[in-house]
Amino acid sequence: MSEPPVEYIKSITRQYSKLGYKPYGWVYNTDAPPWQPLRKPLAQSRVALIASGGIYRRGQVAFHTRDDTSLRLIPTDVRMDELRTAHFAYDQTDARKDPNVVFPIDTLRGLVQEGFIGGLTEHAFTFMGGIYSSRRVAEELAPAIAARLKDEHADLALLVPV
Amino acid sequence: MTMSSALDITRAGNPPRSVFIDFPLGHTAGKPFDRPLQREIMIETLSAFETIQTPGSIKILPFEWSADHSWKHAGAGESDNRTERSAEPQYQTEDDKTAASEGKLAEECIVCSNWSADSARPSTV
Repeated sequence: MSEPPVEYIKSITRQYSKLGYKPYGWVYNTDAPPWQPLRKPLAQSRVALIASGGIYRRGQVAFHTRDDTSLRLIPTDVRMDELRTAHFAYDQTDARKDPNVVFPIDTLRGLVQEGFIGGLTEHAFTFMGGIYSSRRVAEELAPAIAARLKDEHADLALLVPV
Repeated sequence: MTMSSALDITRAGNPPRSVFIDFPLGHTAGKPFDRPLQREIMIETLSAFETIQTPGSIKILPFEWSADHSWKHAGAGESDNRTERSAEPQYQTEDDKTAASEGKLAEECIVCSNWSADSARPSTV
């Protein structure tokens, strides 16, 4: 039987209240979202993968679990067996078996081969979500990612949260 | 384009273009090792770049995790399943920690905003 999607805001708010935590400050953006029309067909577009599942490459410093706003650059030709995850707030069991579930790099590489998209940026960009300061995301992390998307001539940004 | 498995949170954030897939958290781009499903999800997602015309639209993807929806009630307990918050890097394996300390990927271990490469510790917390 089909059921409606989980109401995470309600259930987390209820859980925090039961545990005696301070209410979480959810971000509600009420302004119209920024909008850029597509400039090219998908088959000619360079896609940038941005993922918040705490993915890092073996040899890189892992994420830590206290408002880590740092960014990792992962070459998009990375081998799957070099990928790792570090995150405090989701079940990483499947992500560690097959990182494509939160970092669909093989999937995207396959679609480049098929000609469905034009290509990928040189790097994918990863961080660990669950940063409790939306101000630091807006002031530190988001501009750092935006600058690199320009440097790497991304046409399209694909964001994969967990 | 933002992928999402949390419809209410994505609505609150109001990104310009999103797709929603009704899967348990940690599976935004599919099930492990199910390549055909992962490919279908990505084709549906990327296609939305060309079909979404109204800023703030969320395309609902036509995939079901399982016929049984009991997973939707699994996270509704009273306990806190999150790992304790720490300023130490949380390596997946000890071997990763060694590999990072050898610094072979120092150039690629670019951390843009709050990292001090000298100390191998975040400069701000």
